[in-house]
Amino acid sequence: MSATTPQAAPGRRPGARFVSDNRAWLGTLGVFAVMMAAFLAAAPGVFTQWPTYGAVLVTLPVALFLVVPLVFVVVVGEIDLSFPATMGFSALVFAALVQAGAAPILAMLAAVATGMLVGLGVGAIVVYAGLSSLVATLGLNFLIRGLIMILTDGRSISLPTIGQSWTYAVFSSSLWGIPVQVFWALLFVALSVVVFNRHRFGARVKAVGDNPDSALQMGIDVNRVRVMTFVFMGLGAAFAGVFSTMINFTWWPTAGDGYMLPTLAAVFVGGTPTWGGVGTVLGGAIGALIVSFIQTGIVAAGLSGFYVQFFNGLIIILSLLGHRWNQVRYR
Amino acid sequence: MTDRLIELRGITKSYGNVFALGGVSLHVDRGEVVGLLGDNGAGKSTLIKILAGAVRPTGGTILARGAPVTGWSPARSRESGIETVFQDRALAVQQTIVRNIFMGREIAGPLGFLDVARERAEAERLMREIGFTSRVFTPDSIVGQLSGGERQGVAIARAIYNRADLIILDEPTTALSLTETEKVFRFVRAVRASGRSILFIGHNIHHVFDIAERFVVLDRGRVALEATKAEVGTADRLIAFMEHVAHPVGPNPLGPPTEGAAA
Repeated sequence: MSATTPQAAPGRRPGARFVSDNRAWLGTLGVFAVMMAAFLAAAPGVFTQWPTYGAVLVTLPVALFLVVPLVFVVVVGEIDLSFPATMGFSALVFAALVQAGAAPILAMLAAVATGMLVGLGVGAIVVYAGLSSLVATLGLNFLIRGLIMILTDGRSISLPTIGQSWTYAVFSSSLWGIPVQVFWALLFVALSVVVFNRHRFGARVKAVGDNPDSALQMGIDVNRVRVMTFVFMGLGAAFAGVFSTMINFTWWPTAGDGYMLPTLAAVFVGGTPTWGGVGTVLGGAIGALIVSFIQTGIVAAGLSGFYVQFFNGLIIILSLLGHRWNQVRYR
Repeated sequence: MTDRLIELRGITKSYGNVFALGGVSLHVDRGEVVGLLGDNGAGKSTLIKILAGAVRPTGGTILARGAPVTGWSPARSRESGIETVFQDRALAVQQTIVRNIFMGREIAGPLGFLDVARERAEAERLMREIGFTSRVFTPDSIVGQLSGGERQGVAIARAIYNRADLIILDEPTTALSLTETEKVFRFVRAVRASGRSILFIGHNIHHVFDIAERFVVLDRGRVALEATKAEVGTADRLIAFMEHVAHPVGPNPLGPPTEGAAA
Protein backbone atom coordinates (compact mmCIF):
# COMPACT_ATOMS: atom_id res chain seq x y z
CA MET A 1 0.00 0.00 0.00
CA SER A 2 2.81 2.41 -0.64
CA ALA A 3 2.18 5.72 -2.32
CA THR A 4 3.95 4.61 -5.46
CA THR A 5 1.86 1.55 -6.31
CA PRO A 6 -0.04 1.84 -9.58
CA GLN A 7 -3.20 1.82 -7.46
CA ALA A 8 -2.24 5.25 -6.25
CA ALA A 9 -2.85 6.69 -9.70
CA PRO A 10 -5.93 4.85 -10.85
CA GLY A 11 -6.45 4.86 -14.57
CA ARG A 12 -3.67 7.37 -15.15
CA ARG A 13 0.04 7.26 -15.65
CA PRO A 14 2.13 8.65 -12.80
CA GLY A 15 3.41 11.36 -15.16
CA ALA A 16 -0.10 12.49 -15.98
CA ARG A 17 -0.91 12.54 -12.28
CA PHE A 18 2.14 14.69 -11.57
CA VAL A 19 1.09 17.16 -14.26
CA SER A 20 -2.47 17.23 -12.94
CA ASP A 21 -1.44 17.72 -9.31
CA ASN A 22 1.06 20.44 -10.18
CA ARG A 23 -0.71 22.10 -13.07
CA ALA A 24 -0.90 25.45 -11.30
CA TRP A 25 2.83 26.12 -11.18
CA LEU A 26 3.60 24.10 -14.33
CA GLY A 27 1.26 26.45 -16.19
CA THR A 28 3.20 29.40 -14.81
CA LEU A 29 6.43 27.79 -15.96
CA GLY A 30 4.88 27.46 -19.41
CA VAL A 31 3.94 31.14 -19.44
CA PHE A 32 7.50 31.98 -18.44
CA ALA A 33 8.95 29.85 -21.25
CA VAL A 34 6.68 31.40 -23.88
CA MET A 35 7.46 34.89 -22.64
CA MET A 36 11.23 34.31 -22.70
CA ALA A 37 10.98 32.89 -26.20
CA ALA A 38 9.13 36.02 -27.31
CA PHE A 39 11.75 38.26 -25.70
CA LEU A 40 14.56 36.29 -27.31
CA ALA A 41 12.92 36.67 -30.69
CA ALA A 42 12.22 40.37 -30.18
CA ALA A 43 15.62 41.35 -28.77
CA PRO A 44 18.15 38.56 -29.32
CA GLY A 45 21.00 41.03 -28.78
CA VAL A 46 19.83 41.70 -25.24
CA PHE A 47 18.58 38.34 -24.05
CA THR A 48 21.65 36.38 -25.01
CA GLN A 49 23.81 38.54 -22.79
CA TRP A 50 24.54 37.86 -19.14
CA PRO A 51 24.18 41.44 -17.78
CA THR A 52 20.48 41.33 -18.63
CA TYR A 53 20.05 38.36 -16.31
CA GLY A 54 22.37 39.88 -13.74
CA ALA A 55 20.11 42.92 -13.50
CA VAL A 56 17.09 40.72 -12.89
CA LEU A 57 18.97 38.73 -10.25
CA VAL A 58 19.61 41.87 -8.20
CA THR A 59 15.94 42.81 -7.87
CA LEU A 60 14.35 39.34 -7.97
CA PRO A 61 15.22 38.43 -4.33
CA VAL A 62 13.38 41.48 -3.01
CA ALA A 63 10.30 40.44 -4.99
CA LEU A 64 10.52 36.85 -3.73
CA PHE A 65 10.43 37.96 -0.10
CA LEU A 66 7.14 39.73 -0.85
CA VAL A 67 5.46 37.28 -3.21
CA VAL A 68 5.89 34.12 -1.13
CA PRO A 69 4.18 35.38 2.07
CA LEU A 70 1.45 37.03 0.02
CA VAL A 71 0.61 33.58 -1.39
CA PHE A 72 -0.07 32.43 2.21
CA VAL A 73 -2.29 35.48 2.83
CA VAL A 74 -4.30 34.90 -0.36
CA VAL A 75 -4.66 31.17 0.31
CA VAL A 76 -6.02 31.84 3.81
CA GLY A 77 -8.71 33.91 2.09
CA GLU A 78 -7.45 37.43 2.76
CA ILE A 79 -5.38 40.02 0.92
CA ASP A 80 -2.71 42.38 2.25
CA LEU A 81 -2.11 45.62 0.38
CA SER A 82 -0.22 47.20 3.28
CA PHE A 83 3.03 45.33 2.59
CA PRO A 84 4.67 48.17 0.57
CA ALA A 85 4.41 50.51 3.57
CA THR A 86 5.42 47.76 6.00
CA MET A 87 8.47 47.18 3.82
CA GLY A 88 9.30 50.89 3.87
CA PHE A 89 8.74 51.18 7.61
CA SER A 90 10.88 48.15 8.52
CA ALA A 91 13.63 49.40 6.23
CA LEU A 92 13.41 52.79 7.93
CA VAL A 93 14.05 51.11 11.28
CA PHE A 94 17.05 49.34 9.74
CA ALA A 95 18.48 52.49 8.12
CA ALA A 96 17.90 54.73 11.13
CA LEU A 97 19.56 52.25 13.49
CA VAL A 98 22.57 51.77 11.21
CA GLN A 99 22.90 55.52 10.81
CA ALA A 100 22.79 55.87 14.60
CA GLY A 101 25.72 53.47 14.81
CA ALA A 102 24.05 50.15 15.58
CA ALA A 103 25.56 46.94 14.25
CA PRO A 104 23.87 46.19 10.91
CA ILE A 105 22.96 42.67 11.96
CA LEU A 106 21.15 43.99 15.04
CA ALA A 107 19.47 46.65 12.92
CA MET A 108 18.36 43.88 10.58
CA LEU A 109 16.87 41.84 13.43
CA ALA A 110 15.11 44.95 14.73
CA ALA A 111 13.69 45.59 11.26
CA VAL A 112 12.38 42.02 11.01
CA ALA A 113 10.81 42.31 14.48
CA THR A 114 9.24 45.60 13.39
CA GLY A 115 7.82 44.04 10.23
CA MET A 116 6.31 41.17 12.19
CA LEU A 117 4.81 43.56 14.75
CA VAL A 118 3.28 45.72 12.01
CA GLY A 119 1.95 42.55 10.36
CA LEU A 120 0.49 41.47 13.70
CA GLY A 121 -1.21 44.84 14.07
CA VAL A 122 -2.57 44.84 10.52
CA GLY A 123 -3.78 41.23 10.83
CA ALA A 124 -5.38 41.78 14.22
CA ILE A 125 -7.27 44.86 13.03
CA VAL A 126 -8.52 43.11 9.91
CA VAL A 127 -9.33 39.74 11.43
CA TYR A 128 -10.64 40.51 14.91
CA ALA A 129 -12.65 43.53 13.81
CA GLY A 130 -13.96 41.53 10.87
CA LEU A 131 -13.01 44.19 8.31
CA SER A 132 -12.69 43.79 4.57
CA SER A 133 -9.00 43.04 4.20
CA LEU A 134 -8.97 44.66 0.75
CA VAL A 135 -10.07 48.07 1.95
CA ALA A 136 -8.61 47.96 5.46
CA THR A 137 -5.09 47.00 4.38
CA LEU A 138 -5.16 49.58 1.59
CA GLY A 139 -6.08 52.18 4.19
CA LEU A 140 -3.32 50.95 6.49
CA ASN A 141 -0.86 51.18 3.61
CA PHE A 142 -1.60 54.90 3.31
CA LEU A 143 -1.60 55.31 7.08
CA ILE A 144 1.82 53.70 7.56
CA ARG A 145 3.28 55.47 4.54
CA GLY A 146 1.99 58.76 5.93
CA LEU A 147 3.59 57.95 9.28
CA ILE A 148 6.91 57.32 7.51
CA MET A 149 6.70 60.71 5.83
CA ILE A 150 5.80 62.44 9.09
CA LEU A 151 8.66 60.78 10.97
CA THR A 152 11.33 61.45 8.34
CA ASP A 153 9.99 64.67 6.89
CA GLY A 154 10.20 62.89 3.56
CA ARG A 155 14.01 62.76 3.62
CA SER A 156 16.01 59.74 2.56
CA ILE A 157 18.77 58.14 4.65
CA SER A 158 22.00 57.23 2.97
CA LEU A 159 24.23 54.49 4.37
CA PRO A 160 27.56 54.98 2.55
CA THR A 161 29.57 52.73 4.87
CA ILE A 162 27.19 49.77 5.06
CA GLY A 163 29.25 48.04 2.35
CA GLN A 164 32.14 47.62 4.77
CA SER A 165 30.17 45.60 7.33
CA TRP A 166 30.24 41.82 7.51
CA THR A 167 26.44 41.83 7.47
CA TYR A 168 26.61 43.32 3.99
CA ALA A 169 29.18 40.71 2.96
CA VAL A 170 26.93 37.90 4.15
CA PHE A 171 23.65 39.21 2.78
CA SER A 172 24.37 41.51 -0.12
CA SER A 173 27.74 40.82 -1.78
CA SER A 174 28.12 38.41 -4.65
CA LEU A 175 29.19 34.81 -4.94
CA TRP A 176 30.43 33.28 -8.22
CA GLY A 177 29.17 36.40 -9.97
CA ILE A 178 25.68 35.97 -8.58
CA PRO A 179 24.25 38.40 -6.02
CA VAL A 180 24.34 36.57 -2.71
CA GLN A 181 20.80 37.68 -1.82
CA VAL A 182 19.63 35.32 -4.56
CA PHE A 183 20.73 32.39 -2.41
CA TRP A 184 19.01 33.77 0.69
CA ALA A 185 15.82 34.30 -1.30
CA LEU A 186 15.99 30.77 -2.72
CA LEU A 187 16.46 29.40 0.80
CA PHE A 188 13.42 31.41 1.89
CA VAL A 189 11.38 30.04 -1.03
CA ALA A 190 12.47 26.46 -0.31
CA LEU A 191 11.59 26.70 3.38
CA SER A 192 8.26 28.29 2.53
CA VAL A 193 7.43 25.54 0.02
CA VAL A 194 8.05 22.96 2.76
CA VAL A 195 5.99 24.89 5.31
CA PHE A 196 3.16 25.33 2.80
CA ASN A 197 3.05 21.67 1.78
CA ARG A 198 4.40 19.68 4.68
CA HIS A 199 3.81 21.68 7.85
CA ARG A 200 0.86 22.02 10.19
CA PHE A 201 0.77 25.77 9.51
CA GLY A 202 0.45 25.34 5.74
CA ALA A 203 -2.21 22.66 6.17
CA ARG A 204 -4.24 24.96 8.43
CA VAL A 205 -3.83 27.97 6.15
CA LYS A 206 -5.35 25.91 3.34
CA ALA A 207 -8.09 24.48 5.55
CA VAL A 208 -9.12 27.92 6.83
CA GLY A 209 -9.09 29.42 3.33
CA ASP A 210 -11.08 26.50 1.98
CA ASN A 211 -13.82 26.19 4.60
CA PRO A 212 -13.51 28.30 7.75
CA ASP A 213 -16.69 26.79 9.26
CA SER A 214 -15.25 23.33 8.98
CA ALA A 215 -11.84 24.39 10.29
CA LEU A 216 -13.47 26.06 13.27
CA GLN A 217 -15.55 22.98 14.01
CA MET A 218 -12.38 20.89 13.93
CA GLY A 219 -10.92 23.03 16.69
CA ILE A 220 -8.62 25.22 14.57
CA ASP A 221 -8.25 28.77 15.87
CA VAL A 222 -9.27 30.23 12.54
CA ASN A 223 -8.58 33.85 13.40
CA ARG A 224 -5.16 33.07 14.82
CA VAL A 225 -4.17 31.30 11.59
CA ARG A 226 -5.36 34.30 9.58
CA VAL A 227 -3.38 36.74 11.72
CA MET A 228 -0.28 34.52 11.46
CA THR A 229 -0.30 34.90 7.66
CA PHE A 230 -0.20 38.70 8.11
CA VAL A 231 2.71 38.33 10.56
CA PHE A 232 4.51 36.22 7.95
CA MET A 233 3.78 38.91 5.36
CA GLY A 234 5.35 41.48 7.70
CA LEU A 235 8.43 39.30 8.09
CA GLY A 236 8.85 38.97 4.34
CA ALA A 237 8.27 42.70 3.81
CA ALA A 238 10.95 43.50 6.40
CA PHE A 239 13.52 41.27 4.68
CA ALA A 240 12.59 42.81 1.34
CA GLY A 241 13.06 46.29 2.80
CA VAL A 242 16.45 45.52 4.34
CA PHE A 243 17.73 43.84 1.19
CA SER A 244 16.55 46.66 -1.02
CA THR A 245 18.18 49.24 1.27
CA MET A 246 21.47 47.34 1.22
CA ILE A 247 21.37 47.06 -2.58
CA ASN A 248 20.92 50.82 -2.93
CA PHE A 249 23.06 51.95 0.05
CA THR A 250 20.12 54.28 0.63
CA TRP A 251 16.71 54.22 2.26
CA TRP A 252 14.07 56.20 0.41
CA PRO A 253 10.83 57.34 1.99
CA THR A 254 9.02 55.74 -0.94
CA ALA A 255 10.75 52.38 -0.37
CA GLY A 256 8.37 49.57 -1.24
CA ASP A 257 5.83 51.63 -3.14
CA GLY A 258 6.86 50.26 -6.50
CA TYR A 259 6.31 46.68 -5.39
CA MET A 260 2.53 46.71 -5.00
CA LEU A 261 1.60 45.94 -8.59
CA PRO A 262 4.41 43.52 -9.54
CA THR A 263 3.94 41.52 -6.33
CA LEU A 264 0.21 41.10 -6.87
CA ALA A 265 0.85 40.23 -10.51
CA ALA A 266 3.41 37.60 -9.49
CA VAL A 267 1.07 35.90 -7.00
CA PHE A 268 -1.79 35.59 -9.48
CA VAL A 269 0.22 34.77 -12.59
CA GLY A 270 1.94 32.26 -10.31
CA GLY A 271 -1.21 30.18 -10.18
CA THR A 272 -2.79 31.12 -6.85
CA PRO A 273 -6.47 31.92 -7.38
CA THR A 274 -8.30 34.62 -5.46
CA TRP A 275 -10.89 32.44 -3.72
CA GLY A 276 -8.68 30.84 -1.06
CA GLY A 277 -7.91 27.29 0.01
CA VAL A 278 -5.48 26.53 -2.81
CA GLY A 279 -2.31 28.10 -4.12
CA THR A 280 1.29 27.46 -4.97
CA VAL A 281 4.39 28.99 -3.42
CA LEU A 282 6.65 27.63 -6.15
CA GLY A 283 4.31 29.10 -8.78
CA GLY A 284 4.44 32.44 -7.00
CA ALA A 285 8.24 32.34 -7.15
CA ILE A 286 8.13 31.64 -10.89
CA GLY A 287 5.58 34.43 -11.16
CA ALA A 288 8.10 36.78 -9.55
CA LEU A 289 10.62 35.69 -12.19
CA ILE A 290 8.09 36.46 -14.95
CA VAL A 291 7.32 39.89 -13.56
CA SER A 292 11.00 40.72 -13.14
CA PHE A 293 11.71 39.84 -16.75
CA ILE A 294 8.69 41.78 -18.03
CA GLN A 295 10.36 44.98 -16.92
CA THR A 296 13.68 44.15 -18.51
CA GLY A 297 12.12 42.56 -21.57
CA ILE A 298 9.80 45.41 -22.43
CA VAL A 299 12.53 47.97 -22.27
CA ALA A 300 14.92 45.73 -24.18
CA ALA A 301 12.31 45.10 -26.86
CA GLY A 302 12.31 48.82 -27.55
CA LEU A 303 9.00 49.68 -25.86
CA SER A 304 8.81 52.52 -23.40
CA GLY A 305 8.75 51.94 -19.66
CA PHE A 306 5.08 52.91 -19.60
CA TYR A 307 4.29 49.49 -20.99
CA VAL A 308 5.50 47.80 -17.81
CA GLN A 309 2.50 48.92 -15.81
CA PHE A 310 0.19 48.07 -18.66
CA PHE A 311 1.55 44.52 -18.96
CA ASN A 312 1.55 43.92 -15.21
CA GLY A 313 -2.10 44.91 -15.09
CA LEU A 314 -2.81 42.80 -18.13
CA ILE A 315 -1.29 39.63 -16.70
CA ILE A 316 -3.27 40.05 -13.47
CA ILE A 317 -6.53 40.05 -15.43
CA LEU A 318 -5.42 37.24 -17.74
CA SER A 319 -4.34 35.20 -14.72
CA LEU A 320 -7.70 35.57 -13.00
CA LEU A 321 -9.46 34.55 -16.22
CA GLY A 322 -7.09 31.60 -16.45
CA HIS A 323 -7.89 30.50 -12.88
CA ARG A 324 -11.62 30.65 -13.59
CA TRP A 325 -11.22 28.62 -16.73
CA ASN A 326 -8.61 26.14 -15.64
CA GLN A 327 -8.97 25.45 -11.95
CA VAL A 328 -11.88 23.51 -10.59
CA ARG A 329 -13.81 25.19 -7.85
CA TYR A 330 -15.94 22.73 -5.98
CA ARG A 331 -18.93 24.62 -4.73
CA MET B 1 -25.59 3.01 33.04
CA THR B 2 -22.19 2.89 31.36
CA ASP B 3 -23.84 2.10 28.05
CA ARG B 4 -25.69 5.40 27.98
CA LEU B 5 -23.50 7.77 25.95
CA ILE B 6 -25.63 10.85 26.15
CA GLU B 7 -28.96 11.71 27.65
CA LEU B 8 -31.06 14.85 27.40
CA ARG B 9 -33.71 15.39 30.07
CA GLY B 10 -36.46 17.92 29.56
CA ILE B 11 -34.39 20.16 27.30
CA THR B 12 -36.04 23.45 26.44
CA LYS B 13 -34.84 26.17 24.13
CA SER B 14 -36.60 29.43 23.55
CA TYR B 15 -35.70 32.39 21.40
CA GLY B 16 -37.50 35.25 23.13
CA ASN B 17 -41.11 34.13 23.34
CA VAL B 18 -40.72 31.44 20.72
CA PHE B 19 -40.14 27.91 21.97
CA ALA B 20 -37.94 25.91 19.59
CA LEU B 21 -37.85 22.97 22.01
CA GLY B 22 -40.40 22.49 24.73
CA GLY B 23 -38.98 19.80 26.97
CA VAL B 24 -37.27 17.13 24.88
CA SER B 25 -35.86 13.96 26.39
CA LEU B 26 -33.64 11.78 24.30
CA HIS B 27 -30.86 9.30 24.85
CA VAL B 28 -28.38 7.38 22.74
CA ASP B 29 -26.75 4.18 23.99
CA ARG B 30 -23.52 2.57 22.91
CA GLY B 31 -23.65 0.76 19.57
CA GLU B 32 -27.07 1.83 18.40
CA VAL B 33 -28.37 3.78 15.44
CA VAL B 34 -31.10 6.21 16.40
CA GLY B 35 -33.18 7.87 13.72
CA LEU B 36 -34.34 11.43 14.39
CA LEU B 37 -37.33 12.45 12.32
CA GLY B 38 -39.54 15.47 12.08
CA ASP B 39 -40.89 18.02 9.69
CA ASN B 40 -39.19 21.34 8.97
CA GLY B 41 -39.44 23.47 12.08
CA ALA B 42 -39.94 20.48 14.36
CA GLY B 43 -36.76 21.39 16.25
CA LYS B 44 -34.33 18.87 14.76
CA SER B 45 -31.60 21.34 13.92
CA THR B 46 -31.90 23.10 17.28
CA LEU B 47 -31.57 19.73 18.99
CA ILE B 48 -28.50 18.84 16.92
CA LYS B 49 -26.88 22.18 17.67
CA ILE B 50 -27.51 21.64 21.38
CA LEU B 51 -25.93 18.20 21.20
CA ALA B 52 -22.95 19.69 19.34
CA GLY B 53 -22.63 22.37 21.99
CA ALA B 54 -23.13 25.17 19.49
CA VAL B 55 -26.40 26.26 21.11
CA ARG B 56 -27.04 26.43 24.85
CA PRO B 57 -30.35 25.05 26.03
CA THR B 58 -32.61 27.33 28.02
CA GLY B 59 -33.49 24.59 30.49
CA GLY B 60 -33.10 20.89 31.16
CA THR B 61 -30.23 18.56 31.96
CA ILE B 62 -27.55 16.98 29.80
CA LEU B 63 -25.93 13.79 31.07
CA ALA B 64 -22.76 12.48 29.46
CA ARG B 65 -22.17 8.82 30.35
CA GLY B 66 -24.66 9.10 33.15
CA ALA B 67 -23.14 12.16 34.82
CA PRO B 68 -24.77 15.59 34.58
CA VAL B 69 -22.57 18.14 32.85
CA THR B 70 -22.35 21.85 33.43
CA GLY B 71 -20.91 24.43 31.06
CA TRP B 72 -21.88 22.50 27.96
CA SER B 73 -19.92 23.80 24.94
CA PRO B 74 -18.57 22.57 21.59
CA ALA B 75 -15.39 21.51 23.38
CA ARG B 76 -17.30 19.62 26.10
CA SER B 77 -19.43 17.98 23.44
CA ARG B 78 -16.34 16.69 21.67
CA GLU B 79 -14.73 15.62 24.95
CA SER B 80 -17.87 13.59 25.58
CA GLY B 81 -17.20 11.77 22.31
CA ILE B 82 -19.81 13.49 20.17
CA GLU B 83 -19.00 14.60 16.66
CA THR B 84 -21.51 16.26 14.41
CA VAL B 85 -21.31 16.08 10.64
CA PHE B 86 -23.22 19.08 9.39
CA GLN B 87 -24.64 18.77 5.93
CA ASP B 88 -22.56 20.54 3.24
CA ARG B 89 -20.43 22.39 5.77
CA ALA B 90 -18.26 19.60 7.09
CA LEU B 91 -15.45 19.33 4.58
CA ALA B 92 -12.81 21.46 2.89
CA VAL B 93 -13.54 20.38 -0.64
CA GLN B 94 -10.38 21.62 -2.33
CA GLN B 95 -8.19 19.55 0.01
CA THR B 96 -7.33 15.86 -0.06
CA ILE B 97 -9.10 13.16 1.94
CA VAL B 98 -6.03 12.94 4.20
CA ARG B 99 -6.02 16.66 4.92
CA ASN B 100 -9.71 16.57 5.78
CA ILE B 101 -9.41 13.60 8.11
CA PHE B 102 -6.56 15.19 10.04
CA MET B 103 -7.84 18.76 9.90
CA GLY B 104 -6.95 20.40 13.20
CA ARG B 105 -5.35 17.16 14.49
CA GLU B 106 -2.44 16.68 12.13
CA ILE B 107 0.06 13.94 12.81
CA ALA B 108 3.24 15.99 13.06
CA GLY B 109 6.70 15.95 14.60
CA PRO B 110 7.84 18.20 17.42
CA LEU B 111 8.53 21.09 15.00
CA GLY B 112 5.12 20.79 13.41
CA PHE B 113 6.25 19.12 10.21
CA LEU B 114 3.69 16.62 8.99
CA ASP B 115 4.37 12.90 9.15
CA VAL B 116 2.83 12.33 5.75
CA ALA B 117 3.51 8.60 5.64
CA ARG B 118 1.86 7.96 8.99
CA GLU B 119 -1.11 10.14 8.11
CA ARG B 120 -1.60 8.24 4.88
CA ALA B 121 -1.37 4.84 6.57
CA GLU B 122 -3.75 5.92 9.32
CA ALA B 123 -6.20 7.31 6.73
CA GLU B 124 -6.16 4.01 4.84
CA ARG B 125 -6.78 2.11 8.06
CA LEU B 126 -9.72 4.34 9.01
CA MET B 127 -11.21 4.14 5.53
CA ARG B 128 -10.92 0.34 5.53
CA GLU B 129 -12.54 0.19 8.94
CA ILE B 130 -15.76 1.72 7.63
CA GLY B 131 -15.61 0.02 4.25
CA PHE B 132 -14.74 3.26 2.50
CA THR B 133 -12.44 1.98 -0.20
CA SER B 134 -12.42 2.23 -3.95
CA ARG B 135 -10.23 1.79 -6.98
CA VAL B 136 -11.22 5.24 -8.17
CA PHE B 137 -9.80 7.30 -5.33
CA THR B 138 -6.99 7.23 -2.80
CA PRO B 139 -6.41 9.12 0.45
CA ASP B 140 -4.69 11.73 -1.72
CA SER B 141 -7.77 12.40 -3.84
CA ILE B 142 -9.40 15.81 -3.64
CA VAL B 143 -12.67 15.68 -1.70
CA GLY B 144 -14.42 17.84 -4.30
CA GLN B 145 -14.00 15.02 -6.80
CA LEU B 146 -15.88 12.56 -4.60
CA SER B 147 -19.58 11.78 -4.74
CA GLY B 148 -21.96 12.89 -2.01
CA GLY B 149 -21.97 9.49 -0.28
CA GLU B 150 -18.20 9.28 -0.39
CA ARG B 151 -17.93 12.70 1.23
CA GLN B 152 -19.99 11.38 4.13
CA GLY B 153 -17.40 8.61 4.34
CA VAL B 154 -14.62 11.18 4.73
CA ALA B 155 -16.52 12.96 7.50
CA ILE B 156 -17.25 9.67 9.28
CA ALA B 157 -13.62 8.52 9.01
CA ARG B 158 -12.58 11.84 10.52
CA ALA B 159 -15.07 11.46 13.35
CA ILE B 160 -13.66 8.04 14.17
CA TYR B 161 -10.12 9.40 14.12
CA ASN B 162 -11.28 12.06 16.56
CA ARG B 163 -12.39 9.25 18.89
CA ALA B 164 -16.08 9.94 18.54
CA ASP B 165 -18.41 7.45 20.21
CA LEU B 166 -21.50 9.14 18.85
CA ILE B 167 -21.56 10.51 15.33
CA ILE B 168 -24.46 12.80 14.49
CA LEU B 169 -25.22 12.76 10.78
CA ASP B 170 -27.35 15.72 9.70
CA GLU B 171 -29.34 14.77 6.60
CA PRO B 172 -26.52 12.61 5.23
CA THR B 173 -28.59 11.12 2.42
CA THR B 174 -30.52 14.18 1.34
CA ALA B 175 -30.05 14.73 -2.39
CA LEU B 176 -28.19 11.43 -2.77
CA SER B 177 -28.99 8.75 -5.31
CA LEU B 178 -29.93 5.22 -4.25
CA THR B 179 -26.43 3.82 -4.73
CA GLU B 180 -24.92 6.77 -2.89
CA THR B 181 -27.37 6.31 -0.03
CA GLU B 182 -26.41 2.64 0.11
CA LYS B 183 -22.77 3.71 0.50
CA VAL B 184 -23.66 5.89 3.48
CA PHE B 185 -25.64 3.00 5.00
CA ARG B 186 -22.60 0.76 4.61
CA PHE B 187 -20.47 3.25 6.55
CA VAL B 188 -23.15 3.57 9.24
CA ARG B 189 -23.38 -0.22 9.68
CA ALA B 190 -19.61 -0.45 9.94
CA VAL B 191 -19.58 2.26 12.58
CA ARG B 192 -22.25 0.42 14.60
CA ALA B 193 -20.40 -2.88 14.23
CA SER B 194 -17.38 -1.20 15.83
CA GLY B 195 -19.47 -0.41 18.93
CA ARG B 196 -19.99 3.27 18.15
CA SER B 197 -23.33 4.99 17.82
CA ILE B 198 -25.03 7.09 15.19
CA LEU B 199 -27.79 9.65 15.45
CA PHE B 200 -29.20 9.72 11.95
CA ILE B 201 -31.27 12.74 10.97
CA GLY B 202 -33.24 12.56 7.79
CA HIS B 203 -36.16 13.79 5.77
CA ASN B 204 -36.61 10.55 3.89
CA ILE B 205 -38.46 8.24 6.25
CA HIS B 206 -37.60 5.17 4.17
CA HIS B 207 -33.90 5.93 4.55
CA VAL B 208 -34.14 6.47 8.28
CA PHE B 209 -36.34 3.41 8.76
CA ASP B 210 -33.89 1.19 6.88
CA ILE B 211 -30.84 2.17 8.88
CA ALA B 212 -32.04 3.00 12.40
CA GLU B 213 -33.22 0.60 15.06
CA ARG B 214 -34.92 3.17 17.26
CA PHE B 215 -36.81 6.28 16.22
CA VAL B 216 -37.52 9.63 17.78
CA VAL B 217 -40.07 11.80 16.04
CA LEU B 218 -40.08 15.49 16.87
CA ASP B 219 -43.11 17.66 16.33
CA ARG B 220 -43.18 21.39 17.10
CA GLY B 221 -40.44 21.11 19.70
CA ARG B 222 -41.72 18.01 21.46
CA VAL B 223 -41.12 14.30 21.18
CA ALA B 224 -44.16 12.90 19.40
CA LEU B 225 -42.90 9.34 19.33
CA GLU B 226 -40.09 7.26 20.67
CA ALA B 227 -40.23 3.65 19.54
CA THR B 228 -38.06 0.76 18.47
CA LYS B 229 -38.19 -0.69 15.01
CA ALA B 230 -40.11 -3.71 16.36
CA GLU B 231 -42.71 -1.45 17.89
CA VAL B 232 -43.16 0.51 14.69
CA GLY B 233 -43.20 -2.54 12.46
CA THR B 234 -42.97 -1.15 8.94
CA ALA B 235 -41.85 2.02 7.23
CA ASP B 236 -45.39 2.55 6.00
CA ARG B 237 -46.70 2.61 9.55
CA LEU B 238 -44.05 5.14 10.46
CA ILE B 239 -45.02 7.28 7.46
CA ALA B 240 -48.67 7.02 8.42
CA PHE B 241 -47.78 8.16 11.92
CA MET B 242 -45.78 11.10 10.58
CA GLU B 243 -48.75 12.11 8.45
CA HIS B 244 -50.99 11.76 11.46
CA VAL B 245 -48.68 14.07 13.41
CA ALA B 246 -48.83 16.65 10.65
CA HIS B 247 -52.61 16.32 10.11
CA PRO B 248 -54.14 14.68 13.16
CA VAL B 249 -57.30 13.39 11.51
CA GLY B 250 -58.65 9.96 12.45
CA PRO B 251 -57.02 7.42 14.75
CA ASN B 252 -53.30 7.32 15.44
CA PRO B 253 -51.92 4.57 13.21
CA LEU B 254 -49.44 3.55 15.92
CA GLY B 255 -52.08 3.11 18.61
CA PRO B 256 -52.52 5.28 21.67
CA PRO B 257 -50.52 8.51 21.74
CA THR B 258 -47.13 8.20 23.37
CA GLU B 259 -46.36 11.87 23.94
CA GLY B 260 -47.00 11.65 27.66
CA ALA B 261 -44.66 8.70 28.16
CA ALA B 262 -41.86 10.25 26.16
CA ALA B 263 -41.92 13.79 27.44
